[in-house]
Amino acid sequence: MTRRIALRLVQAALVLLVLSFVVYALMGLMPGDPIELMAAGSPTMTAEDVARLKALYGIDKPLVGRYLHWLGGVLTGELGYSRLTGLTVLRTLAEPLGNTLALMVASLACALLLALPLGIAAALRERRALDHALNLAAFAAISLPVFWLGLLLIIAFAVTLGWLPASGVTTVGGGGLLDRLRHLALPVAALALAGFGHYLRYMRASMIEAMRADWIRTARAKGLSLLGAALRHALRNALIPVVTILALDLGTLFSGVVVTETVFAYPGMGKLIFDSVMGNDYNLALAALMLATATTLLGSILADLAYAALDPRLRFR
Amino acid sequence: MSRWKRLGFGIAALAALASAAAAPARAAHEQLTIGISQFPSNFNPLINSMVAKAYVLGLVLRPFTTYDPSWKLVCMLCTELPTVENGKAVAETTSDGKKGVAITYTIRPEAKWGDGTPISTDDVLFTWQVGKDPQSGVNNGKAFRDITAIDVKDAHTFTMHVNKFTFDYNAINDFELVPAHLDKAAFADPASYKNRSLYETDTTNPGLWNGPYRITQVERGQFIVFEPNPMWWGQKPFFRRIVVKAIEATPALEANLLSGGVDMIPGEIGMTLDAGLAFESRHAPGFTVTYKPGLSFEQISPNFDNPILADKRVRQALLYGIDRAGTAQQIFQGKQQPADTMVNPLDWCYDPNVRKYPYDPAKAAQLLDDAGWKKGADGQRHNADGKPLNLELMTTAGNRNREVTEIVVQQAWQRLGANVTLRNQPARTFFGETVLKHAYPDFALFAWFSAPENVPREILNSEMIPTQANNFGGENSNGYKNPEMDKLLDAIEVELDRTKRAELWNKFQAMFAEDLPMLPLWFRSDPFILPDWLKGVVPTGHQYPSTLWIETWRAEG
Repeated sequence: MTRRIALRLVQAALVLLVLSFVVYALMGLMPGDPIELMAAGSPTMTAEDVARLKALYGIDKPLVGRYLHWLGGVLTGELGYSRLTGLTVLRTLAEPLGNTLALMVASLACALLLALPLGIAAALRERRALDHALNLAAFAAISLPVFWLGLLLIIAFAVTLGWLPASGVTTVGGGGLLDRLRHLALPVAALALAGFGHYLRYMRASMIEAMRADWIRTARAKGLSLLGAALRHALRNALIPVVTILALDLGTLFSGVVVTETVFAYPGMGKLIFDSVMGNDYNLALAALMLATATTLLGSILADLAYAALDPRLRFR
Repeated sequence: MSRWKRLGFGIAALAALASAAAAPARAAHEQLTIGISQFPSNFNPLINSMVAKAYVLGLVLRPFTTYDPSWKLVCMLCTELPTVENGKAVAETTSDGKKGVAITYTIRPEAKWGDGTPISTDDVLFTWQVGKDPQSGVNNGKAFRDITAIDVKDAHTFTMHVNKFTFDYNAINDFELVPAHLDKAAFADPASYKNRSLYETDTTNPGLWNGPYRITQVERGQFIVFEPNPMWWGQKPFFRRIVVKAIEATPALEANLLSGGVDMIPGEIGMTLDAGLAFESRHAPGFTVTYKPGLSFEQISPNFDNPILADKRVRQALLYGIDRAGTAQQIFQGKQQPADTMVNPLDWCYDPNVRKYPYDPAKAAQLLDDAGWKKGADGQRHNADGKPLNLELMTTAGNRNREVTEIVVQQAWQRLGANVTLRNQPARTFFGETVLKHAYPDFALFAWFSAPENVPREILNSEMIPTQANNFGGENSNGYKNPEMDKLLDAIEVELDRTKRAELWNKFQAMFAEDLPMLPLWFRSDPFILPDWLKGVVPTGHQYPSTLWIETWRAEG
């Protein structure tokens, strides 16, 4: 197992290296130029100024040379400055990263806390009233666009009832834990509801399959209750596909969700990545995207470990 | 206690409750929360221009000169506007024999930075040093490099030598001072100044600001808090605190306005016109929505390399074929004013007698016939070789107002017998590639931003056509070439006599309206959504924002 994990880590490093170049190249190949966009909105900028700024930010240099320069910096621990904010990449990333982690962990936890027990319940009551009701709820949650759900939540809880803030992370002059939780409530609700449907469907499907296995029939024949058989014998097997999906979703913990962040004016990683890519802010975009990729790869390694924990046969392969 | 006494106590309690409820309302008006649609990327006034930053810095910095809401050049940090008439602007010959000017400014003696340090000529010299250094990352560095020398007379008076003598010689609006006593150390390595400036590393340092307010808290991507600057020398501002919140999505901005999360949305960087109109129709009570036509000139640029569009009659016909007044009324509820040329009717040099292009499909048809584009039985126009009149119109994808306009134009031109296809691109591709390299085959619909009495030299001069040879420098992206226009633009720039310049501007407008280097549509209007209790906000309509007069804003009622 240790050898396998080590191999996966080496693979992950290679994937990161290749991806960093692909992302760099794709950004470089994007048509358009942010300095030109700046000039279009500024009547005082001259053609000479445009050429000077392009040279200053290195936009006029060949792509491969710029990439190697960036890679050299990263290998020596120097992530450089963000072109858009003028701050170091680490400082620019810190706050949105914290915000996104809080948002995504909270919404993922809420979605799982709701979806897993209800998915099990739906599986155990397959094709009965409860199953139909939960399926309907799951499909409704999957079908609702997040931006629309977000706007509905804002209108209901911020505009009409006035219970919760419509946007942001903290109140001006506030900033305690309770204040942060109040600001998190609506975006977390929107994201959790969106995730709830998916996880419920996965959990239900894999639980139904696990409950049809021979060993469950044996356990039931030996007198074990339906719930007992489900929780003691079927659940571990049923969790394997759910863990796979969860591992892949880990990447979004760092990359964020642009739509939700935009609707709730929540400064997170999704919006930061979008702005940095569109603004040709290579240092920032690369660092943020590499972080998201690394998390997805880490999630996949963690999934391997989880499989081994859930299924003892895998530990000896 | 009798029933009447209980009733009396009840009324008194209710009154007390009502007054208690009113007190926070008054207190709430001591803070003004402004919702804008973008967070400034940085805070150094010399680096990276963007509307959001200009709006925010209007609260905390004062430029030497600016255009006021009536588009008149005024002094803010200087004591008096230097002019030829008052002897503070004197013509001189530069070392290379060109006509230059020496301009003497005096800094207001009472002006101080927020840490109490007087604003002095040290700051002027330092700002010039930063501005002219090609490594410092300043946007309009050429304006700084046009200054050949600065002679310091004393701590407050200096003379600036400029290597050209244009009519707007005394407008140094973008010469925004940065404090030498604080930021000099960061400039030790000019190439890293843009990252090491205290404006980025210590934004709440009071010594960086010299306006009515100073920045006291920055939550990047979220909000900025401003409190009165105790060292401010002018009229005391009304609000004890101003918060500027960045909320990008229009629905979220509107929800914040309705839930009390923000008090106002400025026109400079808030909602688009259609969103403002929709808001007004749904939620007007409690808010005043005003529309300020500005200097964003929406137009359709023809590609002059295309021989069909090089024919003036075709351009004129196509403009006659668009019902601009009717469209502005129907789509923009009359809030957007049709344009005659690039000169805004609010500008002093606007000529009301300039040639107009009212909607006249018969005249349009006649002009197309004259140009050789005859209508066939199928309603489609063809030239003598049988080639159909096919046109492609491009604009920025996702810009609702432009996309609606584009459809109106398409239908209008199709009624004239042209076959019009639409092709839109994201803003980055459209401006950074298609417009820049004039890679649109026929027409591009977009806006030019301008300043009061701005000479459109970069846009119309034939030397400013972007080509591979000049590395696509210059803004004349439609490839317009007219030697007479070139001469006229050069003449306007250096004509100091206002009466003579007015004549030149009239000639320019006549030539523009006759030649149509662009098909003018309208000057864009921006909606300002203000609470009824907020008074004193005067939209400017140009790039210098209303926040430059924040000290006149107040709550009433």
